[in-house]
Amino acid sequence: MMSENHYYNAADLAKFSNIGEYQKELADKFFSYYGEVFKDSALSAREKSLIALAVSHAVQCPYCIDAYSSDAYEKGWSEAQMMEAVHVAGAIKGGAVLVHGVQMMNKVKEIAM
Amino acid sequence: MIENANKISLEKVVMKTLHRQQHELANAHNQLQIIEHGQTGDFALVPFQQKLDEAGLYPLKPTGIQTFQVNVGKMCNQVCKHCHVDAGPDRKEIMTKEIMQQCLHVLVQNPSLQTVDLTGGAPEMNPHFRWFVEELKKLRRHVIVRCNLTIILANKKYNDLPQFFAQHGVEVVSSLPFYTQDRTDRQRGNGVFEDSIKALQLLNGVGYGMDNSGLVLNLVYNPAGAFLPPSQEALEKEYKTALMERYGIRFNQLFAITNLPISRYLDYLLTSGNYEKYMEKLVAAYNPVAAANVMCRNTISIGWDGYLYDCDFNQMLDLKVACSSKHIADFSMSDLNERSIIIGQHCFGCTAGSGSSCGGTVT
Repeated sequence: MMSENHYYNAADLAKFSNIGEYQKELADKFFSYYGEVFKDSALSAREKSLIALAVSHAVQCPYCIDAYSSDAYEKGWSEAQMMEAVHVAGAIKGGAVLVHGVQMMNKVKEIAM
Repeated sequence: MIENANKISLEKVVMKTLHRQQHELANAHNQLQIIEHGQTGDFALVPFQQKLDEAGLYPLKPTGIQTFQVNVGKMCNQVCKHCHVDAGPDRKEIMTKEIMQQCLHVLVQNPSLQTVDLTGGAPEMNPHFRWFVEELKKLRRHVIVRCNLTIILANKKYNDLPQFFAQHGVEVVSSLPFYTQDRTDRQRGNGVFEDSIKALQLLNGVGYGMDNSGLVLNLVYNPAGAFLPPSQEALEKEYKTALMERYGIRFNQLFAITNLPISRYLDYLLTSGNYEKYMEKLVAAYNPVAAANVMCRNTISIGWDGYLYDCDFNQMLDLKVACSSKHIADFSMSDLNERSIIIGQHCFGCTAGSGSSCGGTVT
């Protein structure tokens, strides 16, 4: 159905596993890997959920933000902690832009009289 | 912490029971209509019966009744937002001493009923509560009290409950929805977290939750919102660390319980616009292994007026057992063990993920 004329549809998140219809082997490998990544290990599943929330914002994936806002809250992170995680993503992304300012300065100094 | 305190004071609302509001959800029939067909009457999920059938579990039969769960009344000092009993200070439905005597008689006749689980409301508010516990202990039963903690501090006459529980070796199971004030108070009311912490310290003070004391203190987690519980094992570790580091509190086990769409929790789901999504989440998380281990297979639930139910949830939906032994006065173990358990869409709450029971997960 192509009735919805937009790129993102919240209902599509539940269809994520359907990517296996076109390439099962790679999808199976990905979902198996994904499941392993989020298990309790050197980092707890709870800590990984908060990292995933921050990364979701950094990559600006609406599906991931929906999924990990729920998951992180379910795992007991508070609203303030979750927002601080988003600020970490924001700070790194902002920093990533601004640190290139040095490259700009270098170039300008190279060519300026 | 200051931010949280401000938020709570802004959100401060005096909660009333649905019963007192004369709310349409105070009626069990109205609740069942919504649970089975949704708000608009056309919300169709896969029937729970079909899922049981696929697992070879329909009709659902008891595996042998061992736990005798007695709801001694709906009166409570708290009005929690998620309460499936719609308990509160205005509820007058209280078990009489006569019904308790009939319960004791059934226990004498049926030695296989080894565990007596007392719930409510706040069971301690029943005027015959202490007498009943003493009689149960004379029958050498394992007694569990579902204590909301704050009752211990609610009135001077309840202050010695920790000593009373300890004296009789009662297992205490207490709700503490989270180890932070914010989430606990949002669900259970302002000031509940602080009083719960004080009550837990008093219980620890008489030996509850301490190594080798033999006095068992278990806590109950249930989600403060429209979501499912996380891993019980992981959460127990977090609770133990947080409660010990912050308040020096010890306890035995944490039971992670899923909220069922009944009474005030159903009201919350509907008014917050979460009902359909929550039900879909429960259905998507259906686990046939949990279905095989649901608590209604080994528990019988007794209402304040002596009627018998498959569980405390069916009790609140007024779904009496489907056999001729409908009242404690007519209790027949063989009849009850042969009955089919009444199921509905609300049962998806006990079969989601790792499953849910009054003792936490079931897988």
